[in-house]
Amino acid sequence: MSVPGSGILKGLVETARNFAGSYVSPERLVTVQYPEESLPPPENARNFPFLVYDEDPDKGLRCVACKICEKECPPQCIYIVAERDEKGKVLKRPRIFDIDISVCMNCQICAEVCPFDAIKMDTEFELSRYERFGALLLHKQDLAKSNEYYRRIHPTEAAEVDARLAEDRARQQAKAAAAKAAAASPAGAPAPAADKTP
Amino acid sequence: MEPLEQLRARAEASVPGAVLEIVPNACPADPPSLRVDPGHALAVAWFLRDDPQLRLDYASNVTGVDWPETVTKEKARVKRMVDGVVKEFETVVEKRRPGFLEAVYHLYSMELKQGPVILRQRTGDRDRAVTVASLTPVWRGAEFQEREIYDLYGIRFEGHQDLRRLLMWEGFEGHPMRRDYVEPDDYDYEPTPHADVLEKARKHYPAPPAS
Amino acid sequence: MSAAPPSAPLPAGAAIDRDLLEISLGPHHPSTHGVFRMDVVLDGERVVRLKPVFGYLHRNHEKLAEGMTYLSSMPFTDRLDYFCSMTNNWAYALAVEKLAGLQVPDRAQYIRVIVGELTRLLNHACLIGFLTHDMGAMGTPLMYAFREREKILDLFESLSGSRMMCNYMRFGGCRVDLSPAWLQAARKVVDDFPRFLDEFDALLTTNEIVMTRSQGVGILPRELAINASVTGPMLRASGVDYDLRKVDRYGIYDRFDFRVPLGEHGDVYDRIMIRFLEMRESLTILRQALREIPPGPILDPKSKLRGFRPRAGEVYGRIEAPKGELGFYLVSDGSPNPYRYRVRPPSLINLTILEDMCLGQLVADAVIILGSVDIVLGEVDR
Repeated sequence: MSVPGSGILKGLVETARNFAGSYVSPERLVTVQYPEESLPPPENARNFPFLVYDEDPDKGLRCVACKICEKECPPQCIYIVAERDEKGKVLKRPRIFDIDISVCMNCQICAEVCPFDAIKMDTEFELSRYERFGALLLHKQDLAKSNEYYRRIHPTEAAEVDARLAEDRARQQAKAAAAKAAAASPAGAPAPAADKTP
Repeated sequence: MEPLEQLRARAEASVPGAVLEIVPNACPADPPSLRVDPGHALAVAWFLRDDPQLRLDYASNVTGVDWPETVTKEKARVKRMVDGVVKEFETVVEKRRPGFLEAVYHLYSMELKQGPVILRQRTGDRDRAVTVASLTPVWRGAEFQEREIYDLYGIRFEGHQDLRRLLMWEGFEGHPMRRDYVEPDDYDYEPTPHADVLEKARKHYPAPPAS
Repeated sequence: MSAAPPSAPLPAGAAIDRDLLEISLGPHHPSTHGVFRMDVVLDGERVVRLKPVFGYLHRNHEKLAEGMTYLSSMPFTDRLDYFCSMTNNWAYALAVEKLAGLQVPDRAQYIRVIVGELTRLLNHACLIGFLTHDMGAMGTPLMYAFREREKILDLFESLSGSRMMCNYMRFGGCRVDLSPAWLQAARKVVDDFPRFLDEFDALLTTNEIVMTRSQGVGILPRELAINASVTGPMLRASGVDYDLRKVDRYGIYDRFDFRVPLGEHGDVYDRIMIRFLEMRESLTILRQALREIPPGPILDPKSKLRGFRPRAGEVYGRIEAPKGELGFYLVSDGSPNPYRYRVRPPSLINLTILEDMCLGQLVADAVIILGSVDIVLGEVDR
């Protein structure tokens, strides 16, 4: 320790060990040659949001244009206009759904606050464009991605969402059936459970 | 840590003329705070730092709060003589609370590992009487934070050695953290025109860019 | 050269006479760790005045937060000290939990300790890397630190979805639960980390160049450190026993057995050593936490994502972030947005005594003194 230069020698031994080790030990060889090879993203990885649709890319969108995500979005990058029918009545689907990914900060709050599991986080990250503005403003048709895609990128989470939605649907169907039965039976004895939970 | 009531009494006894007021805190998680008049703030601060039972040697957080003038409307019943008969009327009484700025100091003791004692100073109003005492002579740690309050809220700290803007540049106008601060209209084209961005876009471009 | 008289500090307003040299270190200078400027006046090689200039990265984070809901500010806290997003989240969540009276379940507390201490590991390792980079060890130690940091960031990514902008904690708990596989991976990182630390130790602590450059440089006396509200490893390097994990015992830090390392001289070398020792203590906390983490819920059932309105009042919540005391002061008027939202940035306040530490030192030492303070400009300028 007291010999001058011994500390430097000790340090150089460490760098030499790392240098040589990087050829043999996977622990020390930590880089990959990116464009040629890339590591798969972890399952929870998130980047920009996308809209989930079930069958049809336009009609099947789960989004009901409730604008909760627009309101909660911290950098205010979501813009929604609800669809209206000829009489001007608001329909439960978006006419415009834009996300400006040059503003989006990948925080996942839109996906978290959405009560309909309609907006989820994508893992796509190779999104560079030549134009600064227009190309980074994603419209409804760019954002719509199928539920199968969602299942592929986030299998665990998608399975949970699917189970929850199926449960909701079953409950609604049961309710509808009960209501139908109640309406069919003339003022008799309606199903008590259906009565209590209108 | 001694009760705040007792602390106040001791501080008032030790600094003649100081008037301290206990400001209640609606949230039970943190103690109420101690408001001190700017004229005696420095003496009270020295007392808090050097008192052997307190030894509040560490000013952790120093910050400003803006309280603009508020007018609250309250319903009140007023009795009035109408045609020789006393009748009760319901009227709306406007209560006006003048605006002020506040500097808040969270003090702890590193030596005795206790705290916090929260000290507040209030300015007279928000335009002219905006001077309070700087506590930087007592706690160096308040130096940058008082500069920041001066910068963002416009409170002047009497006795601060180097009171300049901290985050904004020299020559910047206004104090951006005040609640009535209006940001300058420096609109840049943004691809998501909606809400207030859309309003700005309409002002700058007669027809906003189609989204 | 004859022995020049020691250069006296130049008062703030004093004119710079022609023998002195005024230089501007930064804002675009690799030694300033971001866009930070120091107006330095030199007498020869010695610093006689040093005034930090801030605001190049100012984005009025506090004003933004006043215009949005409590939850919406959470991802912005990630961007304060972008090295330590987990601890930033924690400090903010802690303050809001105090305000709203939320209880954090046990498992979530353990998760917070685990990710918080992992954050401390990566912050300290990188700081030492940056500091040696400032001393002239171009890159190599820094890359070793980054290699280890990447393993921890991989853990964060697989947990929260993002490497650095985690946005992981929620008021009353955490967002997603850990999986057993994650715990296994975290155990492996924690088990492997000492090997890196030993290597790093051998590489640097007895290195003659590191010792000559840093011993006796930038001494911060104990009394001045306290008076100037210096916190974190800087304070403890000056020998003050003040660690909020021991003082406030926030979260569940009273359940872990760890020591608070203290420095003796308060110089740059002590600040390096403190960080080495704190990493070792963090590892002991991590081992205990990873062993004892209980099953259970991770979020207070009273916590709400939408329509969250805490009661009126004011709170100050603070934690021991890797850089020092990170506090959030919140004033609520009962509405969904905070009335006042204030961040107590440890990096900014630790810079208060930068001039005192640099006066009379060589200009090359001013660079490493700044490096030893450990600043991140996202937090300094907010």
